[in-house]
Amino acid sequence: MPINAPPPSVRVVTLRIDGLDLSAREDETIIEVCRENKIPIPSLCWMDGLSVVGACRLCMVEVTGQNRLLAACATRVAEGMEVTTDSEKLRRYRRTLVELLFAERNHVCSVCVSNGHCELQWLAEACGVDHVRMPYRNAGYGVDSSHEMFRVDHNRCVLCTRCVRVCDEIEGAHTWDLMGRGSDCQVITDLARPWGESDTCTSCGKCVQVCPTGALVKQGTSVGEMVKDQHFLPILARRRSTR
Amino acid sequence: MTAQAEAATATQASTQPAAGKVKVATIWLDGCSGCHMSFLDMDERLVELAEKIEIVYSPFVDAKTLPSQVDVGIIEGSISNEEDEHKARLFRDRCKLLVSLGDCAVNGNVPAMRNPFKLETVYERAYLENVNVNQQIPTDGVPALLKTVRPVHGVVDVDVFIPGCPPSADTIHTILSDLIEGRTPEPIKVTRFGA
Repeated sequence: MPINAPPPSVRVVTLRIDGLDLSAREDETIIEVCRENKIPIPSLCWMDGLSVVGACRLCMVEVTGQNRLLAACATRVAEGMEVTTDSEKLRRYRRTLVELLFAERNHVCSVCVSNGHCELQWLAEACGVDHVRMPYRNAGYGVDSSHEMFRVDHNRCVLCTRCVRVCDEIEGAHTWDLMGRGSDCQVITDLARPWGESDTCTSCGKCVQVCPTGALVKQGTSVGEMVKDQHFLPILARRRSTR
Repeated sequence: MTAQAEAATATQASTQPAAGKVKVATIWLDGCSGCHMSFLDMDERLVELAEKIEIVYSPFVDAKTLPSQVDVGIIEGSISNEEDEHKARLFRDRCKLLVSLGDCAVNGNVPAMRNPFKLETVYERAYLENVNVNQQIPTDGVPALLKTVRPVHGVVDVDVFIPGCPPSADTIHTILSDLIEGRTPEPIKVTRFGA
């Protein structure tokens, strides 16, 4: 498979992440360099092969000389940059962010089809969330089972918009989009019509595979049976970019 | 978290009475008893545990009243009715260290799935719509349901959280051993929501 050779104009920079001296192409972001070098940073909305939205804020890092935290997915590396990916402050913020996600909608892991294969669940483990300190909102969201193969459960959606981006950027259908603001924000198919009546959906299932939680799943799955396969994404993304 | 960790450490020193055994009480609130079953799944390890702890109040034993001083209190289930709330407060008052065992106690879990609905709707659904003989909403001799199901820490302070549905026998054994030996347990290293 052809992998893009860096254009000759792209330079290499050296930077320091968690005390490690590293080199990277100047068009790379901090999170890409961390993933290449096996430096763990939690993330939810970022995905190799999709555009960057910087929505979840879980990949925030400290950069020396900056008086605010920066999202590693939305920050390009620079010569001499010094990055800290793990500190007491970052751990505190990340844990709070994950807890807020659990408090906002209804993530009942024990009865979820994605139980044991869920990125939100893994994040809770990684960030030390053994309970949620804020009160739960207990708001009910809808479930749309009108598609013959797939289902969307808005109770379990974290609004990462991976489905929106993969549908637009990889499949080219743009069936998914967002509606509403704040806690009323929801992913929608076409103009908020039932998924099963969508004219644009090709039923390719890419949105289901990239969804980090049990929000987008295959019909007919029971507790813990929904295992997702995201290997296709970087392959398809590279093929598209060489055209 | 740090405040709770401190509380846990502060109380752990006193979990070992000079006379020997650590006094443990357990209670089953709004849950399925699965966490208590998982406790029993410790099998032969229960024998060695019985040399270190004394179960003073629990569905496992005959004692009908909670003693005034208990070292470790373990709560299974969420707070769904007035009696649950009363008992959780009683446990907090009388137990030096309070443990939320399992997802219902830790995050509300399945019992809390009624929360997006109005309480009247829940009553109607359970006792009228789905019943065709002797339809009635029970009021005599049963505690009234609370409007919202809450995790235990939504009502009283909790020192140790053990998520899982149910937490495995190994998890319970590891954490209980930590508490008995005076170590600070790290539940999230051995279990998670929905485990």
